[in-house]
Amino acid sequence: MSEQKKLVEVQHLQQYFHAGGVGKKRKYVQAVDDVSFFINKGETLGLVGESGCGKTTTGRTLLRLYEPTDGRIIYDGQTIYDSGKLPDSKGKIAVDMLPYRRKMQIVFQDPYASLDPRMTIGDIVGEAIDIHKLAANEKDRRDRIISMLQRVGLNSEHANRYPHEFSGGQRQRVGIARALAVNPEFIVCDEPVSALDVSIQAQVVNMFEDLQNEMGLTYLFIAHDLSIVKHISNRIGVMYLGRMVELADSYELTFHSVHPYTRSLISAIPIADPKTARTSQRIVLEGDVPSPLNPPSGCRFRTRCPYADEQCACEVPEFKEVGPGHWAACHHLDRVK
Amino acid sequence: MSDLLLDIKNERLSFFTPAGEVKALNNVSFAMKQGEVLGIVGESGSGKSVTAYSLMGLTAYPGRLIGGELHFNGHEVEKMTEKEFRKMRGKEVSIIFQDPMTSLNPVYTIGNQIIEMIRLHTDKDKKQAYERARELLELVGINEPDRRLKQYPHELSGGMRQRVMIAIALACEPKLLIADEPTTALDVTIQAQILELMMELREKMGMSIIMITHDLGVVARMCEKIAVMYAGRIVEYGTTDEIFYNPKHEYTKGLINSIPKLNQKEKERLVPIEGSPIDLLNPPAGCPFAPRCKSCMKICLREMPPRSDLSDTHYTQCWMVQKEQFEAKGGKA
Repeated sequence: MSEQKKLVEVQHLQQYFHAGGVGKKRKYVQAVDDVSFFINKGETLGLVGESGCGKTTTGRTLLRLYEPTDGRIIYDGQTIYDSGKLPDSKGKIAVDMLPYRRKMQIVFQDPYASLDPRMTIGDIVGEAIDIHKLAANEKDRRDRIISMLQRVGLNSEHANRYPHEFSGGQRQRVGIARALAVNPEFIVCDEPVSALDVSIQAQVVNMFEDLQNEMGLTYLFIAHDLSIVKHISNRIGVMYLGRMVELADSYELTFHSVHPYTRSLISAIPIADPKTARTSQRIVLEGDVPSPLNPPSGCRFRTRCPYADEQCACEVPEFKEVGPGHWAACHHLDRVK
Repeated sequence: MSDLLLDIKNERLSFFTPAGEVKALNNVSFAMKQGEVLGIVGESGSGKSVTAYSLMGLTAYPGRLIGGELHFNGHEVEKMTEKEFRKMRGKEVSIIFQDPMTSLNPVYTIGNQIIEMIRLHTDKDKKQAYERARELLELVGINEPDRRLKQYPHELSGGMRQRVMIAIALACEPKLLIADEPTTALDVTIQAQILELMMELREKMGMSIIMITHDLGVVARMCEKIAVMYAGRIVEYGTTDEIFYNPKHEYTKGLINSIPKLNQKEKERLVPIEGSPIDLLNPPAGCPFAPRCKSCMKICLREMPPRSDLSDTHYTQCWMVQKEQFEAKGGKA
């Protein structure tokens, strides 16, 4: 990216959900804990991890669809949220989000659940235009809706139809048209292709790339499929159990990852090439992801990590820069080979 | 012929819905040897699961087998009654379903469900069956089997539940294991564990596996033969290397090109297959893939291409291949 201007930045973002219990017994799901990253203008940052690792929560908290429990969110130089608890903060800030909703949009994972079945496609796309009063009159509104639909590969007659009349791929296009309707700068793409068939996935991924080139969009692309994330992203962050464990340029991350979790994640991905698949070495992790209600002390990956020792159990590894633009959180980077 | 475990010839199966006949399978033929691993790939609705289910007599109403011969392990499946199916299921062929969350019964313990299977098909008494269930859980890599046997499905994680499903499926050492998208609902690191386990168990027990999936990565790693299905037909069939390195059908090529490659250094644009799958209620006259095909010819829209054999193991159904073969023989196109 030629422009190195930060569009979105989060610092020490934390999101705990209350999960029963009163007083001292109050329990929390530690969905996101101390996550910091930034996204440059025009860039795509990918976020990968297994289910329950907090990637979706990060995306939603970033848009303040969930109110963060701690941390700071900066959008285009403006602090839009500050819990007031960070050492360098100047008190709590929580701005009115309406003007920012026009700039920050989201495309949801499930194209079957994210469209209101009782609204026509035209109204679904037009709703945001109404809320932000972007259309001067009825005709302008309709023109905008149709141009959005055309932009995502649908046509004007689709505007009067209902979601159930569309296939999964088409519905996802409607979801994208809805996000684009307000001319946003930044879109959180929350697993936008996971529910689609392989041949349709490629169509939608290409469309995301085209739209980015045409409209100069910035994406936070969340998915569990690392091969797709690697394809679309400039940089990738890997999350595990609510923490960011590694963040680097997408090429660097896939070929020179340093964190043991990233390595096993990459090696676990089935490669669609029989010869490589037969020869490649896999690092099969033992066990399951622990519960975020009661995460392991210290490094959260230690229960499944082949390199773990006593230090990992008592100290939380610092998320530090290990190379230019390459961050990782691990005590034993020198031992991981 | 006798060394074939499974031989399906021209299987046709339709669902008779109020809206009309949906031709789910059209002349599907393939064969499997004992110990072989076959992958069936294709998009949703292409008939992958229906093919496998029909083998076990699990075709759901209003579906009906309307033609073809299905030979499995000495049975003529197309003539079998429900009673005969019951004896065969679980003992000679068993299945692992896609979603381990819903395919275990939530109101019975894990132990109950494994023991039920063992008691149904063998003459072991309760105690022996319990011992066997313990063994099975150890076999699929579950720690503390005695505790787990008393637990209910909701107490286990997704990967663990899928292991239990595998334990149930393998309880009677079937000749054929059908795995219907066994890892789609699981995370990659858990998927790697389960695939590894399946390969290990195949080695130990020598069973055949039919692996139904839409993930080409999974078949590349696990399978010896691959059948690519589209709109109820096998459009291409061959060994894993033939399918990946010498694909002949445009759909197979499209599938391979449309997935991003992780091991690739340069960023290349994906080549999607344009359009969407056809409506099986009103299939086109010719090749079902023709409306989405890049090299579609006039004849493709009119007539279904015949089968072209490319080697002993590799065949496809495509007019382009027919044309090439015809020209190679010296004929005029």
